[in-house]
Amino acid sequence: MKNIILNINKAFDHRIRLGIMSVLMVNEYADFNTLKELLGATDGNLASHTKALEKVDFIKVEKQFIGRKPNTKYIATELGKKEFKKHIDALEKLIKNK
Amino acid sequence: MSSENYLKDISEIKTLMNKSSRFISLSGLSGILAGFYALIGATFAYWFYTLDGNEYIVIESEIFNFLILDILIVGILSVGTAIFLTTKKAKKNDEKIWDSLTRRLLTSFIVPLLAGGIYILIILNQQKYGQTGALMLLFYGLALLNASKYTLGDVKYLGYTQIILGLLCAVFPSYGFWFWVIGFGFMHIIYGASMYYKYDRK
Repeated sequence: MKNIILNINKAFDHRIRLGIMSVLMVNEYADFNTLKELLGATDGNLASHTKALEKVDFIKVEKQFIGRKPNTKYIATELGKKEFKKHIDALEKLIKNK
Repeated sequence: MSSENYLKDISEIKTLMNKSSRFISLSGLSGILAGFYALIGATFAYWFYTLDGNEYIVIESEIFNFLILDILIVGILSVGTAIFLTTKKAKKNDEKIWDSLTRRLLTSFIVPLLAGGIYILIILNQQKYGQTGALMLLFYGLALLNASKYTLGDVKYLGYTQIILGLLCAVFPSYGFWFWVIGFGFMHIIYGASMYYKYDRK
C-alpha cells in the first residue's frame, strides 16, 4: 500500500492538470484554446495549471505568432509522459485494492 | 480522495483522450448507403456491358463514357451522403465538424487517395489499363488505413480488407469487376452496418 501512495504524484492532483496531461499524451501538441474548450476551464485557471506543470518540466511551452495573433502550443515532455503513466497505474491499483 | 473520485478521474481521462484525438462522429449509415450506391452503379455497368456485346471495353467508346459517368455519380452520391450524415451526427454529439482534428483526418485520407488517383491517370494515359481496378482498391485501402488513426478503429479493418482485395485483384485482373463489387459494395455495407450497430444506435 505504501508503494502505491508513493507513486501518486502531487503535481497531477487536480482534474484540470490531469486533463491537460491526458490530452497531451495522445496528441503531438495542443494549443491554449483547444485545451480551454476540451476542459471547460477559464483563461486564468488554465494558465495557472499549465504554469504549474511547466515548472516541474512535465510540459513544454512554445509561443509563436500566427499572423498577428499569438499562439501558444503545449507539448508533453518525456518526463511528463513517464510520470503520468506512473500516476495512472498507481490510481488503477488503488481502485482495485479497495 | 475516495476511490470513487479516482474512478471518475480515470473515466474522464479516457473520454478526453478519445475526444481530443479521434473524430467519433463518422456515420455508419453513410457507409451502408455508399455500398448500396456502388452496387446499383455496378448493376448498371454490368447491364450496359452485356448489352454492348463487345468483349473488351474500348476507350472513347460510348460505353466507356457511360462507365466514367457511372463511377462519378456513385462517387459524388457517396461523398455527399457521408458529409450530410456525418455533419448531422456531429451536431447531435455537439462535436465540431471543422477543427484541427477533422483537418488532420481529411488530409491523412485525401493525400494517399489523391496520389493514387493521379498515378492511375498517368498509367491510363500510357495505355496500361489492366491494373486500374486493383490500384483503386489498393490506394483506397491505404487511405482508409492512414485516416483510421484519427477516427473509429473499425475503419482500419475496412482499410486492410480493401488492400487485400486490391492485391488479389492485381493477381486476377480479369475478375476486377467482381473485386470492385465486393470491395466498394459489400464491404462498405458490412462495415457500415457493424459501425451503425456499435456506435449510432443508442
